[in-house]
Formats: sequence, structure tokens, C-alpha cells
Amino acid sequence: MSNDGVNTSRRTFLIGLTSAVGAAGAIGAAVPFVKSWQPSAKAENAGAPVEVDVSKLDMGQRVVAEWRGQPIWVVRRTDDMIANLDKLNGELKDPQSEADQQPPYAANEWRSIKKEYLVLIGICTHLGCSPLFEEEPTVELQYGGFFCPCHGSKFDLAGRVYQGVPAPTNLVVPPHSYTSDAVIIIGSEEGETEA
Amino acid sequence: MKKLVVALLFSCLPALAGAAGGHDVELEKAPVNLQDKVSLQNGAKLFVNYCMGCHSLEYLRYGRMAEDLGMSDELTLKYLNFTTDKIGDQMQNGMTAADGKAWFGNPPPDLSLAARHRSSDWIYSYLIGFYEDESRPYGYNNHVFPSVGMPHVMAKMEQDLSEEEFESNMGDITNFLTYAAEPIAPTRERIGVYVLVFLAILLIPAYLLKKEYWKDVH
Amino acid sequence: MMRMVNGLIDWVDARLPVVNTYKKHMSEYYAPKNFNFWYYFGVLSMVVLINQLLTGIWLTMFYSPSDGFGSVEYIMRDVQWGWLIRYMHAVGASAFFAVVYLHMFRGLLYGSYKPPRELVWIFGMLIYVALMAEGFLGYVLPWGNMSYWGAQVIISLAGAIPFDILPFIDAKDAKEIGEALTTWVRGDYLLSTATVNKFFALHVVAIPLVLVALVFLHILALHEVGSNNPDGVEIKQNKDENGIPRDGIPFHPYYTVKDLPGVIVFLMIFAVVIFFFPTGGGYLIEKPNFVAANPLKTPDHIAPVWYYGPYYAMLRATTIEWFGMSAKSWGLIAMGGGIVVLFLLPWLDRHPVKSIRYKGWLSKTLLLIFALDFLMLGFLGTQPASGLYKTLAQIGTVYYFLFFFLALPLAHRFEKSKAVPERVTGGH
Repeated sequence: MSNDGVNTSRRTFLIGLTSAVGAAGAIGAAVPFVKSWQPSAKAENAGAPVEVDVSKLDMGQRVVAEWRGQPIWVVRRTDDMIANLDKLNGELKDPQSEADQQPPYAANEWRSIKKEYLVLIGICTHLGCSPLFEEEPTVELQYGGFFCPCHGSKFDLAGRVYQGVPAPTNLVVPPHSYTSDAVIIIGSEEGETEA
Repeated sequence: MKKLVVALLFSCLPALAGAAGGHDVELEKAPVNLQDKVSLQNGAKLFVNYCMGCHSLEYLRYGRMAEDLGMSDELTLKYLNFTTDKIGDQMQNGMTAADGKAWFGNPPPDLSLAARHRSSDWIYSYLIGFYEDESRPYGYNNHVFPSVGMPHVMAKMEQDLSEEEFESNMGDITNFLTYAAEPIAPTRERIGVYVLVFLAILLIPAYLLKKEYWKDVH
Repeated sequence: MMRMVNGLIDWVDARLPVVNTYKKHMSEYYAPKNFNFWYYFGVLSMVVLINQLLTGIWLTMFYSPSDGFGSVEYIMRDVQWGWLIRYMHAVGASAFFAVVYLHMFRGLLYGSYKPPRELVWIFGMLIYVALMAEGFLGYVLPWGNMSYWGAQVIISLAGAIPFDILPFIDAKDAKEIGEALTTWVRGDYLLSTATVNKFFALHVVAIPLVLVALVFLHILALHEVGSNNPDGVEIKQNKDENGIPRDGIPFHPYYTVKDLPGVIVFLMIFAVVIFFFPTGGGYLIEKPNFVAANPLKTPDHIAPVWYYGPYYAMLRATTIEWFGMSAKSWGLIAMGGGIVVLFLLPWLDRHPVKSIRYKGWLSKTLLLIFALDFLMLGFLGTQPASGLYKTLAQIGTVYYFLFFFLALPLAHRFEKSKAVPERVTGGH
């Protein structure tokens, strides 16, 4: 052993170089482990877009579909229901849907592509319960809407949240589009997203 | 000491040489080329039309096959699929194991892993190995798999085509099944090259570092 | 910044012996300066252990014992990068045995098990046995047809334990105890999901815990007595004025920087197998394991994975009924004895010289033959046992035991050893 004439800078340089290349390798090696946590092909298939045929849906009625383990509501709104939306603006937290709770093509006053069909993820934005659909006016909801039985959050028939309830934001509109006039595909934007 | 190492290495050789053995029948070499998309697509088409009535590929998904073989999802669903409307579904068929057992004596096996279980050469030799034999219920027997329960599904194709064309088709089916047994294989080898190049690069500073420090040791 | 880091180290060190531990095991652990090629396999075992733990933890996230075969294909195809994690684990199992066998052979070459390192060797042997159990349990999990029939054969061995050698148990009772034992291990009347579930728990929790604890003890015991070296010279017997062995160098940085290129070269070989020959021509993942477990159809040829080959060959080589005990029981004794005898190595070897370098030609020849014999048995264990192969396996088994019971205790009486030097030779 002797430490005479040690080239310290060369050592520091080589340590740095080896560490840098080694660290790059470690990051590369971590990629498979991190990516393996992403949804598998099986999960992707199970979460694939779901088609909902609304041609037989009656006026003022709702149909529930399942997409990625969530209830998806499609409500066929009557003209009255649509007309009533405006009247509530003063009681709502976010009547203009400014929060990012819907795709751009549903960022309008009725929160949907076509006025007639409302598409929502039926999960309360408070703590994840599924609200009840009230098509007729009730004590809580003078024009009908959605009432969450867990903590009393209220939403109108565009999924907009009322003031003074625990839910912080409007109900989420999922990505969706129309493959034909009365067939909605949930989770895919490959069909028509214009009314 | 060196001699000992060499001796040890040599004694490993017979172990490696024996690894490939296991079958007595001489097998034909299968024309496997996983880069040949035309062959793979033709193999997929033939498989779906001639084989899939009885044999599923339960671990392969339509969408994966479409992507790997360079086909569009729409055309794959339209022409290569008779069982489902979801591109992400596995390539199943309608036959139950019980029906298969009743009809053929044994349920026709799933072929997802056939090329890894048997071998590509085995599949190819089997496909071109049918010959007429009146003693068998379906009138055909097989060189590679004597008394096989499967009928010669492609007997008509074999009669209609030239020997060369038929063997080329069987080669395509084999190629496709080889792909189906391990869809990741070409990617795996490509990544392997990158990994080796990276390690070779890492070895350089690591070795210089060792040399540098070991100057101290006398 | 540096002051903060140093402050933190001081704070922790006042509560936990971090600095002392680092010094004792790294920067002031003095290792002989003449380690050669054979001394890479210890650190390589560690590298493979970490690989197995990491990839193993990840595989448990996707594997399901109730659908072993299907979930392995799910990992291979549907889980992103699952194929790589699975191949790393499967090839890693073989790599583990490869490096451990070379590590053990190093011990044999240089007498690393001799006093004062008996405990190091014993802990090492316990690791080896735990590893064999771990390998077997893991082999069953993919639930291919080879998994099924391999497990069938090995679990049946429990029924061959010769309980009737005990004076108060007769042959009929022994048979019943054996059958009860196999049923208990299976948890069913045939190998089933109940068995796989049990093996899964043992494979991913129980044995790994034991393994890691044993590795810890193995290293602790080693660092207490210090490393041996290719000359078999005790470097602690020649210290300088500061109490540092004259032939020792600090493990860190000298051996850390020396091990690093070795680890990289190993990883390259490992990567070649993983990316280009993941099934190892049917030796690492056998062809019959690409078809799901089928209780009605035994594969044409049942063979253990290569790393059990030597002991499996010994098991099958025994075909004689001695002293009223069945050949099956004797096979089990040969196989078990083949492992037990390794534990006794520190006391069987009576040679006054540690390292093969200074032993006579007789010892060298006998060790070489032993190494070849072990490889031959390994090969025979993977082949069908008939004719010449069977005879060779019998000769090989006999030599294996003669080596331990005759060659090691007595060889030194028939040879002239070379003089062992005072200091280690070489150093690069």
C-alpha cells in the first residue's frame, strides 16, 4: 500500500463518470418496474370504450351504463328540463362550468354535446357516492336533479353543483362521442363531438 | 489453475449439446421469419380460417396481433374475427372442452404456446406431414404425430395447390404460431442489443477506475 | 450543504452505529490483496439475490396462485414489461445457482471452510439448502406440466422417508406415516391449488426471510474472522505497527472498484441469456412447462432443473436394497447424505494445508476429478437414466462420497505438500 503520487482529480473524474453512466443505467432499469404498474392489456380491454344506444330512451328518463367500473348516466332531457337550467344559475357554485370537469365539447351551458342528452359519470365529487336521480321536482330540488344520499350534495340536471353543499365541483362529464345519431360511445372521442 | 477452468468448461459441453434433443422423428426446418409481415398476415388469415374453429389462441389479443402484424383494427375485426366485437379480446373460439373431447377424443388444445411447447419445426413438419391412411377415422394419418385425432383440415388445399405453394402456406401458419407463442420476441432481442451496448460503455469507466485505484496496491 | 449533511450523520451516529459499521465492514475491513477470479462470486451472489428479491416482489403483484399458468402468461403478454421481469426472475434462479456453485467451489479450492471459518461455511451451506427449497417452490408456481410432475416426484419423496429404521415403527406404519405426510404437504389428495397457495406463501415470504437472515449472518461471521485468500495465508498474523494486516487492503474502495467491472461483465452474460436465450434451450424453462399442469399426462421425460441434477442423479443411482430398506429409501439417503456431507466439510478435511496451491498432486487430482464428477452427475441428473448413464451415475455417486470420506481425511498422508509462504503472493 502506498498513497504517493495519487492522481486525485483523475479519481474524482472517473468516479463521477462511472456514477453518471451507472445512474443512467439505474433509471433505465427502473423503467420496466415503474411501467408494469400501468394498466395491463387486460385492464385496457376491460376499460375499453362502451357504446350506449339511446334511441329507445324515453323523454326525461335515464339509462345507466358501466365504464371502467363507474356508473355512466345518460339522461334524455325534455325541453322543460333544458329551459329550467337557466333559472338556477344564482344557486349554483359554478354555473358557467369554468372548472375543468368536462371535455371542451361539453363546456357549454347545458354541459353536453347535444342539448337533449346529458352524459355524466355518476359519482359525487365529494366522497364518491353515487347520487340519486330525481326526474321530478322534490323539496330539495325544485326542478329535479341529482341528490347524494351520503352527505346531501345536490346537482341540477346538467350535473352542476348547488351552493352550500359539501361537493366542491360539478359532476364529471366523461369523454364521449356519437357514432350515429342515437349511439353514444363512452370513453372514445373518435365519433362525432359536435351537435 | 487455468487448466482446471478449461476442463470445467469443456465438461459443460455435452450438457448443452443434449439440450435440443427429445424427439425421434426427423423434423423439417420451419421457415420462421418474424420480420416477414406478409407471411405472418397470411399465416394469421389461414389460421383463423382453417384452425380457429377448433383451436383457440387464448393468450393472444386481436388488437395486439393487429398492431404487431401491421394490420388495422377495423380490417382485423372484419376479416380475422368471428367471435367478438372487441379488439382487445383474446382469440377464443366457441368450442367447449367437452364438445372437443366428444368429437375428437381429446379437446383440441389451445395453440398460444404450441411453438414453445413443441417447436416451430415440429409444427411445420406436422402440418406438411399428413398422408392418406384408410385405417384412420378421417382417412389421414400423420408422420410426426401418428394416430392423431385431428382430421386433415387442409386436405383440399393440399390437392388444389402445388407442393411448393402448400408448403409455403404451412410455413406461414408456422411462422404465425411462432409469433403467437412469444409476441415480444423481436422487441426482446432489440432491447437486448441496447442493454449490452450500454453495459459495454459502463464497463470502460468502471475498469479505468479499478486500474486507477489499484495503482496503490503493490 | 455539506455541514448539514455532516450534522445529520452525527445526529444519527449518536443514536445508531452508522460510522462504526461502515468502517468495520467497508473502509476498515481489510481483505487480502491477492483475491483472484474466484473471489467475484460472493458479490455476484449478492447481486443475483437483490435481482431475485426485486423481480420477485414485482411478480407477486401480478401472479395469482389460483391460476398459476394463466397468470404467468398474463405477466408475459398483458403486463407492460412483465416479460422482462419474469425472464429476469426465471433466468436469475439459474444464475443464482451458477454463481453459488462457483462460490462454493472456490471454498473447496482454497480451504475457506477450515478453521477459523467453519461457521462461515455452515451459514453458507444453510443458504444453499434454503436456496434449493426456494428454487423448488418457485419452480412449481408457473404450474406448467413440468411444475406439476416435478412437484409430484419431489413430494412423493416425503413418502420414502425410511421411518422404519426407528425401532418402534414397523414397515406398515412407516408407509402410513409417509402417505399422511405427503397428503399434509399437498393439503389435498392430489397436487392442487391448495398446494400452490401454500408453496406461494413459502416462496415469497417464509424462505426469503430466512435467506436474507442467513446471508446477513454469513457476512457477519466472515467479517469477524476475515477473508481467506488463494494462498490460504492468515493475513491477520502479520500486522504492521498500526495493527493493520500488511497484506490487507481496505475493502472500500479497493474491492468495491474491483468488483464493479466484474459485476458489469456478469450482467452482460446475464443479459445475453435473458434477451437472447431466455429458455436456455429448454434447460432454464423447459418445453413441457409451456403447457398447463395436466394430472393425466406425464411429460415424456421428467428431469429436474440443471441445478438439482447432481443430487437427482444420486437419488436415482441407488437401486440396491440393503439391510431390508428399499432402494427408494436408500436413494433418499444418498441424496440427503450428499448435502449433509457438505456441512461436515470443515471437519472431514484433515489436510494441514489450506490452499490447493500448496497441496500435493494427489489432492489436486482428486479435487479435479471431484469437480468433473459433480458436473457429470449434474448432466446425468437431467438425462434419462438407463444403460451407460445409470452405471456412470452409480460410479459418480460412489466417488462423490469417497472424496469426502477418504480423500479429504487421508490424502495428505500420501503426498508431499509445498511450503506455504509467510506472506500472500501476487496482488493484482
